[in-house]
Amino acid sequence: MYGLPEEAKDTVAGGRAVAASEAELQSEFDQMVAADQRLEPRDWVPDAYRKTLIRQIAQHAHSEIIGMQPEGNWITRAPSLLRKAILMAKVQDEAGHGLYLYSAAETLGVSRDELLDLLHRGKQKYSSIFNYPTLTWADVGAIGWLVDGAAITNQIPLCRCSYGPYARAMVRICKEESFHQRQGYQILYTLAHGSAEQRAMAQDAVNRWWWPSLMMFGPPDDESQHSAQSMAWKIKRHSNDELRQKFVDMVVPQAEILELTLPDPDLRWNAERGRYDFGPIDWDEFWRVVKGDGPCNRQRMEHRVRAHENGRWVREAALAYAAKHQARAGAAA
Amino acid sequence: MSGVPTAQLPPVAQYALRLGDDALILAQRLGEWAANAPELEEDVALTNIALDLLGQARVLLTHAGKIEAAGRTEDDFAFLRDERDFVNVQLVEQPNGDFAQTIARQLFFTAYQRLLYARLADSVDPTLSGVAGKAIKEVDYHEDHAAGWTRRLGDGTEESHRRMQAGVDRLWPSVDELFRTDQLEQRLVAEGIAVDASGLREEWHKRVTSVLDEATLAAPEGSWTAPGGGRRGLHTEAFGYLLAEMQHLHRTHQGARW
Amino acid sequence: MTDRRQWPLWEVFVRSKRGLSHNHVGSLHAADASMALRMARDVYTRRQEGVSIWVVPAASITASSPDEKDPFFEPAGDKVYRHPTFYDLPEGVEHL
Repeated sequence: MYGLPEEAKDTVAGGRAVAASEAELQSEFDQMVAADQRLEPRDWVPDAYRKTLIRQIAQHAHSEIIGMQPEGNWITRAPSLLRKAILMAKVQDEAGHGLYLYSAAETLGVSRDELLDLLHRGKQKYSSIFNYPTLTWADVGAIGWLVDGAAITNQIPLCRCSYGPYARAMVRICKEESFHQRQGYQILYTLAHGSAEQRAMAQDAVNRWWWPSLMMFGPPDDESQHSAQSMAWKIKRHSNDELRQKFVDMVVPQAEILELTLPDPDLRWNAERGRYDFGPIDWDEFWRVVKGDGPCNRQRMEHRVRAHENGRWVREAALAYAAKHQARAGAAA
Repeated sequence: MSGVPTAQLPPVAQYALRLGDDALILAQRLGEWAANAPELEEDVALTNIALDLLGQARVLLTHAGKIEAAGRTEDDFAFLRDERDFVNVQLVEQPNGDFAQTIARQLFFTAYQRLLYARLADSVDPTLSGVAGKAIKEVDYHEDHAAGWTRRLGDGTEESHRRMQAGVDRLWPSVDELFRTDQLEQRLVAEGIAVDASGLREEWHKRVTSVLDEATLAAPEGSWTAPGGGRRGLHTEAFGYLLAEMQHLHRTHQGARW
Repeated sequence: MTDRRQWPLWEVFVRSKRGLSHNHVGSLHAADASMALRMARDVYTRRQEGVSIWVVPAASITASSPDEKDPFFEPAGDKVYRHPTFYDLPEGVEHL
């Protein structure tokens, strides 16, 4: 990829004429990471770093496109034209985010096709938050406020991750994401201050999305196997528990302004810690959903695979046309 | 509020609703493609088109409300009118079908809209001319998108050719309605407000058959023409389902804010 | 299963304002150049981020040593709700 033939790679790594030793390359890599420098597509990186990064970026990309489903679900039923337009733009942004991320992943030497295939065969995952159903319009608000809020909490630190293309994609995404969180919050605010039915709808949605949102940050630190290595490589900048706490501290005051309750009787301000204490998370549910037994896992995958399969003849047609019209297509822009 | 039947509204309001309903209903159909398009980039493209159309619809529906001067908003028009008060052409309410059918519908409609807005930009009604002036750039792009895909699918693989021809054949009967004019429109044309739809037919035909030609597709000349009647509030069976889906939530919560 | 052949990869460069140079903003898959250009406009300039777009097949790019230390826009302008500042937030809400 990137126009460089295989055999030239040895001479290119490190910019020196003869292959640097792996130890030298590793040392340079370590120094770059330690100095908070960005690694770029053609830098030598340890194979494990590359593999982990591909997996992380790809799963992030898959999450964006699967995430289009629960929200896309409400486009045709949005209760006002303005809300319809905003929701369309949001879902479109998610497609765009998926694109930015696949694009970043491809700089590591995989193709989008391969990654989608891994997703479709269940070999790569997506954020399990999207395995929950959007049952009411208020769910659209809850997703914007809580799910995108959690995503932002996770994503902002990644804007400084060690891999250049990923960091840059994150910067782009974070800029667009704040619009998403605000629109979700505004939906809930309007519902919470509307009719009794609307208020009940909002509270019900929050009750169902709160705990899964906390689970978005992953298992507790002491159970999170890969974290230490990812932190050392600076492709993860904060621990799961740190980010989860940060999210809770941010969101609880926002809930107060909404005048909606969060479904956690143990949630309270801890003056000593300067943070909110919150109740135990049901990790059984988390693992069940991650392993494939959440309410919508099968549905999401079927939908995704079906869309992909249905589109095959279209993609092939475009290629066939391009091949037939080589010269014309090149000039036509 | 559900308000006065469309046929009893001031002529300019009716005209604005015709154009607005065309855009609204097509946007609604395109919205169904979210998370379903053949490629991620195309998902983005179709949604862009839907957003442009929705934007046009909102201005036009709001304009109708201002002219009526009974306090109806864009949402009142979109969510509280019954089927017989929607005055879009039947072409835009046709189900998406496969991607080829969607593209055929896009080709036929965007070619029409492009010609329509080019002329509407000279309307003496400042809102209509404003919408048209702004929409021209958007619709240029929409038409370009549709023509590009028509060529790719028509002259792609055997399967895509077959599907594209099927889409063209299935939607052709709904084309004639685009160019039917009536007394209301003619009055407004005479006042410099509206565009004579019948005057667009020839140029439309030239443009569309040229694209079909390049795409190695046949224009189904002499085939059956659908009775139509959309401008008089007569729709197809599919329309009821479309409206039910679109309006249900809004209607369930009378007077609510969102 | 994967497609027999996928749409080729294109790199996208956008000049956001007169006076600036084109910047690399990412990549996308398209079957041909005209599709690539249109998609680049949809994906990378929705918030009116671009004045000029270049698309280049990724395969045509020749890169150097990593040690070296790198019709279509107006419609995007009116979609006000894309910009976060569009929203009136209830008073006192932080972090949004």
